Amino acid sequence: MEIKPILAALRQHKAGTILIAMQIALTLAIVCNALFIIQQRVAHLSEPTGIDEPNIFVIQNEWIGQTSSAQADAKLRSDLDVLRRVPGVKDVTTSNSYPLRGGGWDDGVRLSAEQIEDSSDATIYFADEHFLDTLDLKLVGGRNFRADEIQPMSMRDRLAPPVIMVTRALAEKLFPGGSALGKTVYLVGGPATIVGVVDLLQAQSVARWASNFAYRSVIVPRRMAIAEGAFYIVRTQPGQLEPAMIAARKALFADNPRRVWDDKEGILSFAEVRSMAYESDRGMAVLMGVISLVLLAITAAGIVGLTSFWVGQRRRQIGVRRALGATRGDILSYFMTENLLISVGGAVAGAVLAIAMNLWLVTRFEMHRLSLFYVLAGVLMLLLLGQGAVLAPAIRASKVSPVEATRSV
Amino acid sequence: MFAYYFQLGLRSLRKNPLLTALMVMAIGFGVAASMTTYSVFRATSNNPIPQKSSQLFVPQIDNWGPEDAQQNQGEPPRAMSYTDAIGLMRDHKAKRQTALYPAGLSIVPADASQLPFRENTYGVYADAFPMFDIPFKYGRGWTQADDDAHAQVAVIGQQLNEKLFRGENSVGREINLDGRSYRIVGVMDHWDPQPLFFDAVNTGGFDDPTQLFVPFTRMIELKVSTNGNNNCNKDPGTGWDNWLHSECVWLGFWAELPSKAEADAYRSYLNGYAAEQQRAGRFKWAPNTRLRNVVEWLDYQKVVPPEAKISLLVALGFLVICLVNTIGLLLAKFMRRSSEIGVRRALGASRREIYTQFLIEASAVGLAGGLLGLLLTGVGVYGISLIFDPQVARLAKLDVPLVLLTLLVAILATVIAAFYPTWRAAQVQPAWQLKSN
Repeated sequence: MEIKPILAALRQHKAGTILIAMQIALTLAIVCNALFIIQQRVAHLSEPTGIDEPNIFVIQNEWIGQTSSAQADAKLRSDLDVLRRVPGVKDVTTSNSYPLRGGGWDDGVRLSAEQIEDSSDATIYFADEHFLDTLDLKLVGGRNFRADEIQPMSMRDRLAPPVIMVTRALAEKLFPGGSALGKTVYLVGGPATIVGVVDLLQAQSVARWASNFAYRSVIVPRRMAIAEGAFYIVRTQPGQLEPAMIAARKALFADNPRRVWDDKEGILSFAEVRSMAYESDRGMAVLMGVISLVLLAITAAGIVGLTSFWVGQRRRQIGVRRALGATRGDILSYFMTENLLISVGGAVAGAVLAIAMNLWLVTRFEMHRLSLFYVLAGVLMLLLLGQGAVLAPAIRASKVSPVEATRSV
Repeated sequence: MFAYYFQLGLRSLRKNPLLTALMVMAIGFGVAASMTTYSVFRATSNNPIPQKSSQLFVPQIDNWGPEDAQQNQGEPPRAMSYTDAIGLMRDHKAKRQTALYPAGLSIVPADASQLPFRENTYGVYADAFPMFDIPFKYGRGWTQADDDAHAQVAVIGQQLNEKLFRGENSVGREINLDGRSYRIVGVMDHWDPQPLFFDAVNTGGFDDPTQLFVPFTRMIELKVSTNGNNNCNKDPGTGWDNWLHSECVWLGFWAELPSKAEADAYRSYLNGYAAEQQRAGRFKWAPNTRLRNVVEWLDYQKVVPPEAKISLLVALGFLVICLVNTIGLLLAKFMRRSSEIGVRRALGASRREIYTQFLIEASAVGLAGGLLGLLLTGVGVYGISLIFDPQVARLAKLDVPLVLLTLLVAILATVIAAFYPTWRAAQVQPAWQLKSN
């Protein structure tokens, strides 16, 4: 196919050519960045928590009226007993938080008492001896807490447990290359010895500010003994989640009605916790997906519209070419090549624009750098889109009969 | 002439229904995407108290020192320690001022058939009510004397009044909070500032309207802990008193400074206060203070979610592409009618007439696109809860200004897009067109 005559013809349609190229460039820039945002959000929301999600539900319980720390502790332990007797319940634990909750107690961990800057941030999880079993966490070294190590803690007590467990991610950060077992680290209230290392346990927040300690957690042998209450985490036998949730509510309120559960967040299955935690990530991915699709459709429609117009305008010329011996294939490939030339021009400009747009987003919104793969995928996609869109008008052009040459319009 | 051109336009649009539909859809989608995301942006970047936003200030005092400030671009902590908040309250240098913090109190309804429930409560000083322009339906806020006496009084919201007292005037009646009886002194009228500026630190700016206020001094005396953020740079030690007098930051603080002179004076007062703490040995660093008004504070707290900004930008880009698309299609459409233009020109129509005719035709497309866009914006606003936090999503509304803006943007954008095609149409040489026929 000769490219020269096509270029010469394009010069006669500068405006249309530039408009199509511009549209392709802008679409490419936006679709590349949108795809990249989708990929990042999807990667984010498929990060594992490390716990037995399908069989877990969480209760946020608060007590009414003035309750001393000792009273709160007694009520808490009685609640745990009640929950343990609910049919379908496998195990129960209590904590100050749970993964994906969104916020809570994060604190710095140091390796010596004198150290000023923290070695790492970490989520603080309160736990009793049932914590590992209830969440289905795997111990990769050391031991679980013993029942006699679990102490009640009230609102303004100092957090200074003699023993703690840590996640593997935190152990590797604090003691790269070595074992963390038996080592002493310093929490806010003083030194603690690491007695166990668990495999995987996500932090309570998946927000960007918490991303540098996403899997670094400290598990302390403490119970929340406060009037404001605590979280009960319940693991059920497979398939028993829903009946157990209903039965748990009934059993607890029957045992002691002087408690408050939030209407919306009082009792949540972990599936609900997950969907709330990633609401905006999922929504953003959906939005970007919809925008990309509509955008591609509109661009394709625009190409069809303008090319059809060109075909209509050039019926005479096409007829002349056909009369002079050009085959249908020649006409078809003429329009296809013409579109390819415009698209390549637009795509090159678009690739530059996409990268520029990403760089700007990086400075404004703490996004990651766009990988070239997405640019290339976007370029390929738009070239195919252009060829696909031009097909119908090009076929119509190829059907123009040579007789047209003799007709005046 | 307008009506005639409008009719001509409609007729020509009906001639190529496919091309017309394409243009209308492009405009409709572009405008709808922009307007939907704009509705969120508008809600989140709203000025919650426009009449006073330049008179209300948040002071910040660095009580942690440069090492901690360094991790935060040299900024002092976002909240205040009890020591500093009480110091500022005692000095009373602003026209009005209040320290505040949130707590969860449980309400036990007098009607035994109703279950107890929790209500997010703020401990504030008497000044808060006139300061934040809180409207009252019955009664009013408590007085400074009540603050000083640590009085067990409460101001409740309209919704709570509805729930507990069926909307009757409940001033003077009692409300049971955490097992203690409080006397109601005021019932607020509907008050729902968006964003919730007075506690953007703990709420992120968006929460249900506050329904309960109790004196700060009373809450402290009862040792009610904050249910908001509490940040400590050092171990505060054990027990309430140690914590209260530690450097932990957990309090909000607002000062009303009606004029620039007063704001400047307050700024130097803050520096003086910090210098005094330095002399007393509590701070081992030079004064590092800030004083931000409502707008600056919300901006600093990054109340507008990044999702709102990114999606608005993407949507605007989308609109631009739709416009480029429309330019192309209008060009095709207008140029196809070169011969018609030639005839009109030959019969004496001036270029100006051609301009008018085609711009009116374009406006018709814009209007149709705008109507479609309006429909889609309605769908979009409804679907916003898919992406944004429900507390943010409930603020995005399709109200009259947004409807007008949608139509205006659609028509304006289309007319702008039509300029180039119209110019090209007006350039058509009548002689050449007539000859070629």
